[in-house]
Amino acid sequence: MSKKVIIPIGPYHPLQEEPEFFRLFVEGEKVVDIDIVLGYMHRGIEELAEHKHYDQVAFLVERICGICSNSHPFAYVNAVENIGKMEVPERALYIRTIIAELERLHSHLLWLGLAGHFIGYNTVWMWSWRYREPVLDCFEMITGNRQHYGMMKIGGVRRDIKDEDVPVLKKTLDELVPALDMFKGAVMDDPVIQARLKGVGVLTRKQAIEWCAVGPTARASGVDIDIRRDDPYGAYDKVDWNVIVEKDGDIFSKTVVRILEMYESVGIIRQCLDRMPKGEIDANVKDIPPGEGIGRVEAPRGECFHYVKSDGTNRPLRHKIRAPSYMNVATNKVAAVGQTISDTTITLAAVDPCYCCTERVMVVDKKTNGKIMDGLDLVRLSQEKTEKIKKALKQ
Amino acid sequence: MKLLLSYLIFPGFLFSACIGLFAGWVDRKVTARIQYRVGPPWYQNFMDIVKLLHKEIIIPEGARLTFLFAPFLGLLSVVLMSTILGRSLNIYASGFSGDLIVIVYLLVMPAIAMIIGASSSENPLASIGASREIKAVLAYELPFILSIIAIIVKSGGSIRIGSILNHQAFAGSNIASFSGALAFIVVLFSIQAKLCFVPFDASEAEQELMAGTLIEYSGLPLAMFKLTKAILLYALPVFLIVLFMGKDISPIFLIGKYILILVSIILIKNTNPRLRIDQTLRFFWGPMAVLAVLALGLTLFGL
Repeated sequence: MSKKVIIPIGPYHPLQEEPEFFRLFVEGEKVVDIDIVLGYMHRGIEELAEHKHYDQVAFLVERICGICSNSHPFAYVNAVENIGKMEVPERALYIRTIIAELERLHSHLLWLGLAGHFIGYNTVWMWSWRYREPVLDCFEMITGNRQHYGMMKIGGVRRDIKDEDVPVLKKTLDELVPALDMFKGAVMDDPVIQARLKGVGVLTRKQAIEWCAVGPTARASGVDIDIRRDDPYGAYDKVDWNVIVEKDGDIFSKTVVRILEMYESVGIIRQCLDRMPKGEIDANVKDIPPGEGIGRVEAPRGECFHYVKSDGTNRPLRHKIRAPSYMNVATNKVAAVGQTISDTTITLAAVDPCYCCTERVMVVDKKTNGKIMDGLDLVRLSQEKTEKIKKALKQ
Repeated sequence: MKLLLSYLIFPGFLFSACIGLFAGWVDRKVTARIQYRVGPPWYQNFMDIVKLLHKEIIIPEGARLTFLFAPFLGLLSVVLMSTILGRSLNIYASGFSGDLIVIVYLLVMPAIAMIIGASSSENPLASIGASREIKAVLAYELPFILSIIAIIVKSGGSIRIGSILNHQAFAGSNIASFSGALAFIVVLFSIQAKLCFVPFDASEAEQELMAGTLIEYSGLPLAMFKLTKAILLYALPVFLIVLFMGKDISPIFLIGKYILILVSIILIKNTNPRLRIDQTLRFFWGPMAVLAVLALGLTLFGL
């Protein structure tokens, strides 16, 4: 029993839909340590962003993540608008908020399904994904796409919400609420689910603050933070809603926070649809002045942060992104250790990790001890490799 | 010759495997309908086996000989078990004294085969699966055997399947009595665990251990384990019917009762998350063992 065994979860594993590598050090059934290895999906988005002009970057950052594909462009346009202190038409703010909240609905439903799948409850998985479909249909109706909506634009939004679409949206929401009630009952009252999730993967309030947890992961541990309220953007300061906070920090609380947040999202969308003024949806921004700007957005997984530095040209000089999962995945180091393998798998999934967002890459030279390759070196390496391949092809 | 035929064809290997694979399809179809999916066509499970037979057999480096021996052990024992069970159903007198005990023994063999196979494959995930399987066997065997003892006491101390059926034909099904109903619940859950279905499938947990005990198997050996599972899916509910609902076992009633039990197993499977292995142990040694002891006690008082 005392022999340490390494159980690999990843890089390719049925638990995860994306490649990520967790090495569990196991004694018997108990996990004594965990090693988190990132970097299987690095695509160099920040470097790419510095080689595209401002309008293209909105589409580029949308491709960072497939699930919260609105949060990144939303944070990016917030950052760019922050540079020039631009005024955005009010209708555009409301439309942005509606899209962001619809996204939260579909993202939380997706997580709920996956969480069910991870504890072997495939019925919850299929059911919650079934009720996620109408939300995606709404996206298709408004934006033309089920994912990657392409709605965010510096100074406004690309597409308007048509008047005839509003009743359809409201009807979808009305039909979604009974489904949410059902999930609430099925999860919060089921004794077997409670036995599996209560007291498991506990992240205390102190640990959540120390490990910089954000979003639902932090709110389930009793940390009352929400960018939508603390630093309002979009139309969040013009509607009434509550921040859901739970105290226990276990996986059950994380589930409850997400389910209750979906009710808030439904409320926000309804109010936005009612209060949305008529008018322009685009401020027709022509130039980005030199300067720096930050944009913060409460993505379904937590705070998404973008920093953009402009030198007055049509391309960002520097673009820095911090996705919420980067903070939340690290909390597994405290939340997952000391449990059985069964509990660890659901704990790893409970932060709703999004690995595409999280990827970082760094090359360390062991001989000189600490010499790090930077982005330029990597670009040079890649160009050299391409040249080599080209030569090999010619021969 | 006749015995060999009954072992290989009816009611042995061929018959029970076909029924089992078909029941496996019922499982997949009902599960799919519950989950708003369409589900596979009826011949899907047969095609799966045929496909597996065409596949390469990969033996992991460092695996012991028992790795290939285990699937045979599992399959041969369940076929023998289903033969004994099927023959007793057809002709009451065909059994022998103590065939109930033999069946109970043979029912443990698939789990033991899994444990042997998994622990000889040198895969850490498989060895964790094997250790979970051992715990699961220890967990469900206690209440399972206690409930069967209750049935034996009820049928006048007979350990022959034929006479248990005879007894029920005169005195009514065992499930109709209070103690019988309690024992039925216990055995139903034990069957769920023996079939390795959710909520008791910790040893194969796809999301944790990637099929755990079966992870290194491929081709023919995997097909044999799948067939073992399929035959269990046929034989275990029939065993349950024999023990508890044996009043009328004419073909129509038999099929009706079989479908009833099959569907309730599938429903339990689809309305529960997976239990941790320690919770499984607690469940069977706690409430289930208490129920089984209660059933046994009530039987002694003739209830």
